[in-house]
Amino acid sequence: MMFGYYLDLAWRSLKRTPILTGLMVLAIGLGIGASMTMLTVLHVMTADPIPGKSAKLFYPQLDPQPMQHYTKGENPPDELTWIDAINLLHAHKGVHQAAMSGGIVTVIPPQGMTHAFNLDARYTAADFFTMFNVPFVSGTGWASSDDDERARVAVITRKLADKLYGTAQAVGKNLRLGKYDFRVVGVIGQWHPVPHFYDLTMGNYAKPEQVYLPLQTAMGLDFWTTGAVQCWGHFPSGNPTKANDCAWMQFWVQLDTPAQVRAYRQFLVNYSESQKQLGRFQRPPNTRLHNVVQWLSYNHVVPGSVQLEGLLALGFLLVCLVNTVALLLVKFLRRGGDLAVRRAMGASKRSVFAQLLVEAALTGLGGGVVGLLLATFGLWVVRQQTAAYAGLARLDGAMLGATFVLAVCATLLAALFPAWRACRLMPARLLKTQ
Amino acid sequence: MHPIIAALKHHKTTVFLVALEIALTCAIVTNALFLIGDRLAAMHMMTGVADNELVWAQASGLDLGRDSAANGSAAAKAAADLAALRGIPGVESGVMSNSLPLAGSGWRMDVWTRPGDKHSALDNVFEFVGTPGMVKTLGIKLSEGRDFLPQEYEDYNPFSGQPPPGSVIVTRALAAQLWPGEDPLGKPIYLDSSGNHVAHVVGVAQHLLDPRVSTAHGVERGLILPVETVDGGLYVLRVRPDARASVKRAIPRVLTGVDPARTITAHIYSRTIAQYFHGDRAMIWLLLVVIGCLLAVTALGVVGLSSFWVQQRTRQIGIRRALGATRTDIMRYFLAENFLIVSLGVVAGLAGAVGLNLWLMDHYELHRMPLAWLPAGAVILWLLGQLAVLAPALRASHVPPVVATRSV
Repeated sequence: MMFGYYLDLAWRSLKRTPILTGLMVLAIGLGIGASMTMLTVLHVMTADPIPGKSAKLFYPQLDPQPMQHYTKGENPPDELTWIDAINLLHAHKGVHQAAMSGGIVTVIPPQGMTHAFNLDARYTAADFFTMFNVPFVSGTGWASSDDDERARVAVITRKLADKLYGTAQAVGKNLRLGKYDFRVVGVIGQWHPVPHFYDLTMGNYAKPEQVYLPLQTAMGLDFWTTGAVQCWGHFPSGNPTKANDCAWMQFWVQLDTPAQVRAYRQFLVNYSESQKQLGRFQRPPNTRLHNVVQWLSYNHVVPGSVQLEGLLALGFLLVCLVNTVALLLVKFLRRGGDLAVRRAMGASKRSVFAQLLVEAALTGLGGGVVGLLLATFGLWVVRQQTAAYAGLARLDGAMLGATFVLAVCATLLAALFPAWRACRLMPARLLKTQ
Repeated sequence: MHPIIAALKHHKTTVFLVALEIALTCAIVTNALFLIGDRLAAMHMMTGVADNELVWAQASGLDLGRDSAANGSAAAKAAADLAALRGIPGVESGVMSNSLPLAGSGWRMDVWTRPGDKHSALDNVFEFVGTPGMVKTLGIKLSEGRDFLPQEYEDYNPFSGQPPPGSVIVTRALAAQLWPGEDPLGKPIYLDSSGNHVAHVVGVAQHLLDPRVSTAHGVERGLILPVETVDGGLYVLRVRPDARASVKRAIPRVLTGVDPARTITAHIYSRTIAQYFHGDRAMIWLLLVVIGCLLAVTALGVVGLSSFWVQQRTRQIGIRRALGATRTDIMRYFLAENFLIVSLGVVAGLAGAVGLNLWLMDHYELHRMPLAWLPAGAVILWLLGQLAVLAPALRASHVPPVVATRSV
């Protein structure tokens, strides 16, 4: 009931000083708009690529490099060698696991060779689809046995199925890649983890691949691989992919409980030791096991410039807030007369304080509306950029709500001090000077 | 000055708030200006090649499952491609190269000046390889030594383990890093730690920007090796500036005419440079917009407060006028008062600017800000403060002396 009255008072007060009110709404709006634009970009870029599972998926690292140049505590290579990846896969120590690499395939559509085009592919193991919750429109992933038997089977995206066959129901169709024929066993729907966490060497915000093939099949047919290759010692002549001293494969393992994680860490150490005894490894066990979120931060996925822009926007918001504090102080002190009359008529300090805060909240709401318009415009500008993440920068419901909450809270925070000062004025003295 | 300070003592809170706002603005604006200057400098780095006369193309093969033996060797195919490209009207010469300055990706490697000596190693050196005529076609200017001789071009690919060609051209900057104060001509460079792979410097390029500019390693850390062909490399054409667009359009047709089993992308090199700096340009605009908004918000704050003070002191102004102060005196009073407050903020702000820069250096790949940037921030805020206070001060100077005799 009192709230309605305060709202009325606030509205009258704001109307009486339209220019000052306008200045405050504009200042808050600018601060909120700039901050929300940058926070949204950060929010998109730091989003959990696989919600609900990111804490259960782990990326192991091993160190098969020679003793030369070894310094203790140094990070192992970012990727695994072919042999280690296959060994970890066959060890089957996790709930699910998949070794993988990016690749390029030449798709020859049913329309004929003249329509051939190159596409990004992923060579991986059967568990990839269950482990990463990949949604299927029709069919399923291939079976584990297909991996070992080097079956010529493929999973493709709905987009590619539509393009090649004019339908998403492409299970059983023939997919010709270069010289070889594959059978489509599954068609996957919308799946776009951001960032491209499972293989950052393809670009942090790369798009998901459109063709998935069993790793052993693809390597058996000498298909092209893509992504970073790190070699030590001498470059092997010919195909570096199966060489003992080139790391180029990603590996993910699902571990559901802390006990499983501990066991897996131990397994990696034991594995390194056994490889050292075999003479393959030279260094003392140097292993890492990061989950998705840790892996993204280990790789500094969010570009420094974006963090810098976020900081800049927050600095800007801070200045806008200090500005709001100053302007509100002026405004409230200027209204000393009104407030003194209210106090003299019996309003308590608390109710005057509440009234002033309501007025500030109303200003903040106005600032939120201006900020939202500015943020919408700002994000539109961001989307015009060529950076890979730019196209993803959109306000979602959560960020929309956050805009208003931030605007109102920031203004209320800024109003606390001026309102407190205004309540402390002596009504008697103010009335006397009038 | 004394009366101003005495008056300000009655408004400690407001003075503090304005000074704080000025200080924050000053710290942010100074750092933002420095960032803009830094990026502008990066964007104006010389590539060392003929920016406005190059067109480049890349072909990626399609695996159509035909018998690969029928396609001939990679070298013969590249030669056929180059011959066809040189026939396009407007093309003056054409070569193959693995990369170009600011092309984005290149081959990075370690080099040694003394084999096996870890201290003589330099990492992240960019290796350019080019086919005969590369130096002339790209327009690379040599400050010392000579271009490669025809017999120096060899069959070489760093990924095959072959020894490199015996001759190398280094950039002036790389030479200064490898042999400070010495004549680089004739010096050996080792491309592996064992000392088997050696090349001798025959020329020094005045400028040749890296494929990718990184503040951490310097920007001209490249060397050029003469090769016969570049597997999967770029076709780089020197073109009459006015023919660039037509050559770019003709390339896909000409190359697929030689071998249709591939996809072709062609680019005008000056566009490649512009695209490389797209992010920097966007950042500069963003910084400019934020600086503008910050200054606007701060100015609004100053206007709001000064107006309030003028209104609050109307009577005092009237009394001063009645006692003989001129309009100019009143103006001067408010301008001086503003100058004092802004100076307070600026002093704190400059300290903040240096602190912010140090913190940013710790966390991001930024340079130390030269102190010469500090006066820029200070002057901007002083000017802003004086401009913002001008209107309220004018209003104050128009308060008539008669106000002194009235109660408000």
